[in-house]
Amino acid sequence: MAPVLELRGITKSFPGVLANDGIDLTVEKGEILALLGENGAGKTTLMNILYGLYKPDAGQILIQGKEASIHSPNDAIAQGIGMVHQHFMLIPVMTATENVMLGVEPTRRGVFLDKGKVAKRIRQISEQYDLAVDPEAYIGDLPVGSQQRVEIIKVLYREADILILDEPTAVLTPQEVEGLFKVLRSLVANGKSVIFITHKLKEVMAIADHITVLRGGRVVGTVTPGEATPEKLATMMVGREVNLVVKKEVAHPKEVVLEVSNLSVQDEHGHLTVGGASFEVRAGEVLGVAGVQGNGQTELVYALTGLLPLVGGEIRIVDRPVHHTTPRHILERGVAHIPEDRQRHGLILSFPVHDNLVLCTYYQRPFARGVSLQQKVIVENAEKLVKQFDVRTPNVFVPVSTLSGGNQQKVIVAREFSRPIKLLIASQPTRGLDVGSIEYIHSRIIEKRDEGTAVLLVSPELDEIIALSDRIAVMYKGQIVEIVASGTVTKEYIGLLMAGVKPSEALKVSPAPTKETEVERVF
Amino acid sequence: MDRNSNQPRAVDSPDPKERSKGKDRRRSGSATFQIFLIPVLAIFTGLVFGAIVIVATDASVIAAYHNFFRAPGAALLDTWKVIALAYGSLFDGIFGDPATIAHAIQVYRATGSTKDLLTAFYPFSDSLAAVTPYILAGLAVALGFKCGLFNIGAEGQFGIGALCSAFVGYSIKGLPWFIHLPLALAAGALGGAIWGAIPGYLKATTGAHEVVNTIMMNYISFNLGDWLLNGPMKAPGYRPLTPVVQDSAMLPRFFPPPLRFNWGFILALLMAVLVWWFLFKTTLGMEIRAVGANPEGARYAGMNIVKNFILAMTLSGALAGLAGATQVLGIDHWVGQNFSAGYGFDSIAIALLGQSHPFGVVLAAVLWGFLRSGATNMQSMAGVPLDVISIIQGLVVIFVAAPAVIRWIYHIRLARMETMVLTRGWGR
Repeated sequence: MAPVLELRGITKSFPGVLANDGIDLTVEKGEILALLGENGAGKTTLMNILYGLYKPDAGQILIQGKEASIHSPNDAIAQGIGMVHQHFMLIPVMTATENVMLGVEPTRRGVFLDKGKVAKRIRQISEQYDLAVDPEAYIGDLPVGSQQRVEIIKVLYREADILILDEPTAVLTPQEVEGLFKVLRSLVANGKSVIFITHKLKEVMAIADHITVLRGGRVVGTVTPGEATPEKLATMMVGREVNLVVKKEVAHPKEVVLEVSNLSVQDEHGHLTVGGASFEVRAGEVLGVAGVQGNGQTELVYALTGLLPLVGGEIRIVDRPVHHTTPRHILERGVAHIPEDRQRHGLILSFPVHDNLVLCTYYQRPFARGVSLQQKVIVENAEKLVKQFDVRTPNVFVPVSTLSGGNQQKVIVAREFSRPIKLLIASQPTRGLDVGSIEYIHSRIIEKRDEGTAVLLVSPELDEIIALSDRIAVMYKGQIVEIVASGTVTKEYIGLLMAGVKPSEALKVSPAPTKETEVERVF
Repeated sequence: MDRNSNQPRAVDSPDPKERSKGKDRRRSGSATFQIFLIPVLAIFTGLVFGAIVIVATDASVIAAYHNFFRAPGAALLDTWKVIALAYGSLFDGIFGDPATIAHAIQVYRATGSTKDLLTAFYPFSDSLAAVTPYILAGLAVALGFKCGLFNIGAEGQFGIGALCSAFVGYSIKGLPWFIHLPLALAAGALGGAIWGAIPGYLKATTGAHEVVNTIMMNYISFNLGDWLLNGPMKAPGYRPLTPVVQDSAMLPRFFPPPLRFNWGFILALLMAVLVWWFLFKTTLGMEIRAVGANPEGARYAGMNIVKNFILAMTLSGALAGLAGATQVLGIDHWVGQNFSAGYGFDSIAIALLGQSHPFGVVLAAVLWGFLRSGATNMQSMAGVPLDVISIIQGLVVIFVAAPAVIRWIYHIRLARMETMVLTRGWGR
């Protein structure tokens, strides 16, 4: 029997980039194909071609052995291809049912929406594929994991046989990832096929039937999880050997650099998102703040960096209070900030690389004399940093928007690390980055720690927290639930705390390890 | 660039040199070229459409087309004649009639009389003079755009600037020109600056949208102007005019009357260079551009958004006020009712056409002023209404603002380029 989907020689170039170069790909009925590759390897471009968003320059798409022409998402849906995007395409003020029926609204007598019919079908789908969703719930009230299930139901409601999931685990807690995997297994058991796009090796090993690795727009190879090891996959992805384990010595914490006591912060809408958080970070240690996204970590970091005002409590940086202080004063006190949203906060995308590298220091000597910018010094500084931090860019004059995500992040890291700092606040420093960049940024953070910088690491990736932190603070609903020394508890224990289980109860479910924890992989 | 966009990111090639060898490099290298190509094609297309309008509204051509099948040649010839006459007189209106100029030069050589020469060069001199306020007002709007602010108030700032400079110009007597003239210019700039600073301050501190507030400031300035011209500032007589400014406050003219080409033009060019230096070579300019491109990012980097909003609107207002001042002190020498009519609003189009770059603004202002200046001649010589020029200008702006249309007409591929920041949406 012909495979469900076959791509032959798909080629697509954009000005300046050959995004897909003769890609061949086969998906069998009832299997999960993982599409693995670094950012910029061409995964998303390929899937957008399959979904009718881009037109390929060359190549064929065969569905059930027949050549298909797909010019729009509507064509793709008609051919049984459904896509769950990384950023959900849901309307928060509508119910699950309304979101599912958007665009294919069934009606009674031509004008009246038939929500009952849709809700019934949603319940059927929910039952068949183990996708628990309340059809009447408003999307805005649902946790991210449930929202994703609504997206999957939306695709199944449109009778898709091939589901494309673009980085589906990026927004989920470890427990939610398990739940998603269960759903995916039941989907393939029911004869659906899944294309799973990711750059996380662990997930691929856990869920895929076949793994196709892309690099630089080409297929490097296709393997099964049985034949592969994470090291081998990482090498295929990056094109060189990658050190998957963060190497670090035991920390030697010194004086307190950051002291937070009973801190309360409101978000932009006036909701109290941090309520009474207290902790301290010492020079030469990494304090990791674990927690599912949206539990107040963002506002905590904004308060620390002066982007949001405090409503209660105190922050002291190097023994001086931070209160009614501008972001600039905080930066000048020796605080570096790798923001969680690099494109919104960390960079001015339309500015050239060289200006972005002095974004926090442009007004100081030697970059400026009086009000006059010293263009030559700024460019020399940029050329030095680009070399030192291995930023891949044609030159320092191109807008930073033309760089890949990993290289944009390197620009931020280079800028923040190149000035004298006492405290590093790194918020999701490797979000959306590929293996090679993650390895690089992690080693740089540990390097800073060993130089005696206090590091506050905030990340929803538990693996990253465990790999880098000396102590771990778990944040849930705006509070620090517990602070533990790394290695004294299991990953499951922290995962349970992240999900809101009380420490005493979590300990019953997942007692502290007796033997030394095994070396955790980050990827 | 939108951060959720589907724009492909550059591939992480292990060797950047290898990447640059690819043939695709050439196409992306054309981004800079396209910045110039699109406006030029937009102007050309605007003129083509203008020609169609001219032809379609000409009675004789329409009559000729009734007989198209009997005499197609005559109809086509008529079409050509009408277009040639219209654009020919437009050209003459801008640069002067070549034959007249040649004749005037001959007369000058033969007799040494400059009378004919002055008449022959009058159109070109007036075209350059017409460009001056457009440059300054265009710079004003462009500077606002660079900070992400949409200054619709250039019109009102222009008017206030004109009134202030006129007041200083006629009321103070007995000063030497090198004090009086700068004083009058500064008064114009200051008036505009205050008119711009108010909405800037409101935006920065209360979040009140600058579009709404600058429009309101326009109304205040229009009505304030009416009252002043009918009352405190009215010259003796029946008409609502200010007195003529003192000679010492006038921008010196280069040639004897009637040529009105004056130092205002040079001042405008100098301001363009100054604005360029300010925006791209100073820390203040870098802050303004950063706030305009990404206010969140600018705040993260420690920049003061409130300060930059106010600064940008103040400077923008000052430039618009200076535009009004040069018009009064260089051309009119007094202020009458509806004085600012259109300059401030046209300057928005000029800033758009010039892609908000100071030098682009100069080129756009030249085009704008020339078309306006030549239009009168086109109307009187070819009977083509002034409105046709407005149509052409409108089309050019549409094509520049929506380059996709031009790309579609001429089959130009999109090049990756720095996205131009104009303004952000409402309420953000």
